[in-house]
Amino acid sequence: MRTIARNEIGRLLDGLLAGYAVYAPVRRKGILVFDRIRSGDEAILDYANTRTSPKHVLMPQMETLLSSCGEDPGVSEHTDCGKPAVLFGARPCDARAFLFLDKVLRDGQSRDVYYANRRDSLLVISIGCTQPRETCFCTTTGGGPLSAEGSDILLEDLGSVYLAHVASSRGAEFAAAHGLLDTCEGEPPGSGTVNGGLQPAIEPPVDLGLLKAALDRSFDDPLWLTLAEKCLGCGICSYLCPACHCFDIVDEEAAGVRVRNRVWDSCQFSCFTAQASGFNPRPTGRERYRQRIMHKFNYCIDNHGMAGCVGCGRCVSECPVNLDMRQVLAAFGGRRGGN
Amino acid sequence: MRNPYAPVRMRVERNAVETEDASIRTLSLSFVERREVFAFVPGQFAELSLLGVGEAPFGIASSPADPDLLDFTISRAGQVTTELHYLEPGDTVGLRGPLGNGYPLEELHGRNVLVIGGGFGFSTLRAFTSFALHPANRGDFLDLEVVYGARNPGLLLYKDELKNWGRRDDMSLSVTVDNADQDWSGRIGTVPAAVKTLQVDPESTTALVCGPPAMIRYTLPVLAELGLRPDRIHLSLEMKMKCGIGKCGRCNIGGSYVCTDGPVFSLARLDRLPREY
Repeated sequence: MRTIARNEIGRLLDGLLAGYAVYAPVRRKGILVFDRIRSGDEAILDYANTRTSPKHVLMPQMETLLSSCGEDPGVSEHTDCGKPAVLFGARPCDARAFLFLDKVLRDGQSRDVYYANRRDSLLVISIGCTQPRETCFCTTTGGGPLSAEGSDILLEDLGSVYLAHVASSRGAEFAAAHGLLDTCEGEPPGSGTVNGGLQPAIEPPVDLGLLKAALDRSFDDPLWLTLAEKCLGCGICSYLCPACHCFDIVDEEAAGVRVRNRVWDSCQFSCFTAQASGFNPRPTGRERYRQRIMHKFNYCIDNHGMAGCVGCGRCVSECPVNLDMRQVLAAFGGRRGGN
Repeated sequence: MRNPYAPVRMRVERNAVETEDASIRTLSLSFVERREVFAFVPGQFAELSLLGVGEAPFGIASSPADPDLLDFTISRAGQVTTELHYLEPGDTVGLRGPLGNGYPLEELHGRNVLVIGGGFGFSTLRAFTSFALHPANRGDFLDLEVVYGARNPGLLLYKDELKNWGRRDDMSLSVTVDNADQDWSGRIGTVPAAVKTLQVDPESTTALVCGPPAMIRYTLPVLAELGLRPDRIHLSLEMKMKCGIGKCGRCNIGGSYVCTDGPVFSLARLDRLPREY
């Protein structure tokens, strides 16, 4: 079977619930997010993308790293992530962000066991996009609406049916076990299907290589100040970004229980780099906004071979002052054929 | 799989006041559980923690020649450092490390070493100096010249050691204070002013520098005047850190992370990085 009917998805997910923690797009408090489902028919299939990214499946907004209790000197490490998980319905941009997080957190010189354990027990079934949003720019960052990077299985949406593309050996095992046999081997997603013509619909605002070269020369550009004057420093872009991974480590003690927690943090906050002495190497919004762009589109390319942005567009659509990442990138001289 | 966030337990053996105002103390720690040798080089750091209170990075202030007893010199600045100051012998504290790169020992072999420290930044330079003076290591280096300064005599660290070093004939030591008191008979003036008076052969000398930003700012031009090349000046930098393993994303200077690529950088390398430190 190379396809799975849209109306069979609920049953497929029901079949997974016994063995897996299943995350799928659902509406919670009126907002479309990825969350655990208890029944296959909870999953929403008709969506452009979720408001928040699915990165919390691998890196919760807050997690306990260590804890101890009372007089007991023993420390619990909380590295067990429970039963294996399936993330169903991630968009290709968000799945591709996992590749980036892998490079930073799992595959670097120190393996982050908390992330790695979750990642290694997660199966990602993504669904290719048919209708990009106005704010999408995945093609700028090397992805695309049918990119299978970071996914184990990519479902290509053909309307009433999905075409399953196996993208990893784990995906192949899973597909075989659940009757999602891949019969389009050697055929890349989109070839000869209704979606083949979709990719060019997302016009890249910049060329990543030109942009990187421009940023190498732009550390002292006066434009950073202009941009920072607009930015509120609220950090919503970091919190919604599927690739932002910077975190704080914070201890707490209450009722004899001592914990060390990891929580999401943002380079847009002044306390992010403020030293105990009072000195802050990034004292104003200018330095902090520059860090956000430089980190994603310059330093990450040097260090990890890919941008720390997948073009999901959440920072564009949710920014309270309409600071549009695409315009920022274009302004730094990454325009095709420009300088 | 090793958990890079899980500390090992250390026992406090000593907690000694360093400065007259008691704002800086040195903790000497031993390992509670024996494990493989704690192999480190001077200039590396570790994260010390008290679960439920917090964790913070500190340079290892003692020589690797004694890997069983680690010194950390701690300036009281916030909640974690305050709680660390209160520790008593027998108390336990968590340690993650060694972290970072340390001073480039191999590059220093067979060369004169000029050690320049200011204030609280002297801790890892003390580790290097003790290491270099160890009979097993002293022959690896030519002349060893140490310049160390503090704002006033009461703020000088490691006073007993300074006395011993001052009496040795296999090194030279200049201790200087910005502001003297009645009992001070030593040099008065800033660290860069003291460096300026040195006779240095720039071809055979490498400098190790750690101190407050102002000291570094005024010392670097003096080193340039003395003829030291930027690749023969190594600075140990401070930056706010959390994870210490290159993941939490806050201690970068351009694409380099102070926690994993540093904290020791050559001036030549820093000159290629943005000035954001």
